[in-house]
Amino acid sequence: MDKQPGFMKALKCRECGREYPLTATHVCEFDFGPLEVVYDYDKIKGALTRATIESRRKSMWRYRELLPTAGEPTVGLEVGFTPLIKADRLAKRLGIRELWIKNDTVNYPTLSFKDRVVSVALSRAKELGFTTVACASTGNLANSVAANAASAGLKSYVFIPSDLETGKIVNSLVYGANVVGIKGHYDEVNRLCAEIAGKYGWAFVNVNMRPYYAEGSKSMGYEIAEQLGWRLPQHTVVPMASGSLLTKIQKSYQELTKLGLVTDSKYSVHGAQPTGCSPISVAQKAGLDFFKPVKPNTIAKSLAIGTPADGFYALKVMKETGGAADDVTDDEIREGIRLLAECEGIFTETAGGVTVGVAKKLIASGKIPSSDSAVLCITGNGLKTLDAIMGHVGQPREIRPSLREFEAMLESENKSAISA
Amino acid sequence: MPVKITVQEPLRKLLDNQPVVEMCGSTVGDIFRALRQRYPYFVERMTEPDGSVRRFVNVYVNEEDIRFLQNQQTAVQDGDEIRIIPSIAGG
Repeated sequence: MDKQPGFMKALKCRECGREYPLTATHVCEFDFGPLEVVYDYDKIKGALTRATIESRRKSMWRYRELLPTAGEPTVGLEVGFTPLIKADRLAKRLGIRELWIKNDTVNYPTLSFKDRVVSVALSRAKELGFTTVACASTGNLANSVAANAASAGLKSYVFIPSDLETGKIVNSLVYGANVVGIKGHYDEVNRLCAEIAGKYGWAFVNVNMRPYYAEGSKSMGYEIAEQLGWRLPQHTVVPMASGSLLTKIQKSYQELTKLGLVTDSKYSVHGAQPTGCSPISVAQKAGLDFFKPVKPNTIAKSLAIGTPADGFYALKVMKETGGAADDVTDDEIREGIRLLAECEGIFTETAGGVTVGVAKKLIASGKIPSSDSAVLCITGNGLKTLDAIMGHVGQPREIRPSLREFEAMLESENKSAISA
Repeated sequence: MPVKITVQEPLRKLLDNQPVVEMCGSTVGDIFRALRQRYPYFVERMTEPDGSVRRFVNVYVNEEDIRFLQNQQTAVQDGDEIRIIPSIAGG
């Protein structure tokens, strides 16, 4: 264990509160509950001000006192601080007064929010002396572990369902990672990885490194608040796979409030799932505080987790903050992707289509009032999931390199537009 | 007939650090009751007072989560493997 824990105090069971040393472990030996990092907030309060943060470089590490490394980070120093875009055209289409897009489609280096969690997990893994890192992934995490491990000089193993989108597979292989395709869905990959993690001395970012890894998601919430001028948004819509990101958005808002970096204000955190894998949203809509596991069947493969580890906590956060959940079909996901692209020039992967589609439903139903302001967390890039929308966005018209043909084409299109 | 039960680190110490434990029974519930006889602490920690498995613990018979089977009424036979794995995060 590292002797200098920085601003961390301990790992703590989210169920029974028992504390553990800051090692690579994720489960409470007393009740098998998940462990979470706890911090010395008094110490952080003395060290972290708005001015300090604003004086630092524009990456997620400008909030480093609130992230779980003992010393300075060593992996992913350029990750984060992605744009927060005021989306007026999309706001008009969805029927809401004010809308913002937190655009992690351009996160560095692998174009998804997973670079945030991996940056933390690998920095901490190096502090704890690991030389091999690994993950179970629906794709984006695999890309990020592969890339960040390569740049950090670490060996990596990434385990993915073998039927993932081609883009996500190539995006892991290119970095020289050991990519293992499992003939099964993510929950089966997860089970296998839990067994492998117990047997090999590797830093599995979402198994034995999970308490550190998951904290990286908080940086998305800190950035949203800072980019809004140090205030919390009234509504945040978050895609849910395991539900972890949603819980960490709430934690980030709570911490900023506790530290006096934002004024205490009411906020709601809402969750978005694809209908083909919607255990959390189904439970939320039914008013339950537990979910029923499902077998995923959706084009939103990055959200295809049928047994969401943080599902219970995500339901709790939505209840506590007055948030709601909903889910959208494959066609609605494609429509969401197109809406965001056509209105704001942002090409998101399927998870972003889910978030836009669900935001549309929540606004239409009044669960997000049209007079309010909302932030949509867009977590991954559309270039990675081309398979999902290929054939649904039209085809280019082909002509020979002739002005006459071009003009004939325009004329015929104008005619058909008029007759239509 | 014996069914194999496997648990990963760091929980294995609750089963005297054995990689595999064998118990007899015809359902998952029978196996848990047999396990409780020998390792009472282990079973008490993974279950709620009413005997149901805690929500953040996944139990598999061979490759399948028992919630997709008949939970603790799921039948088991000689040579089956029961895996007890705490939930892990998304990816």
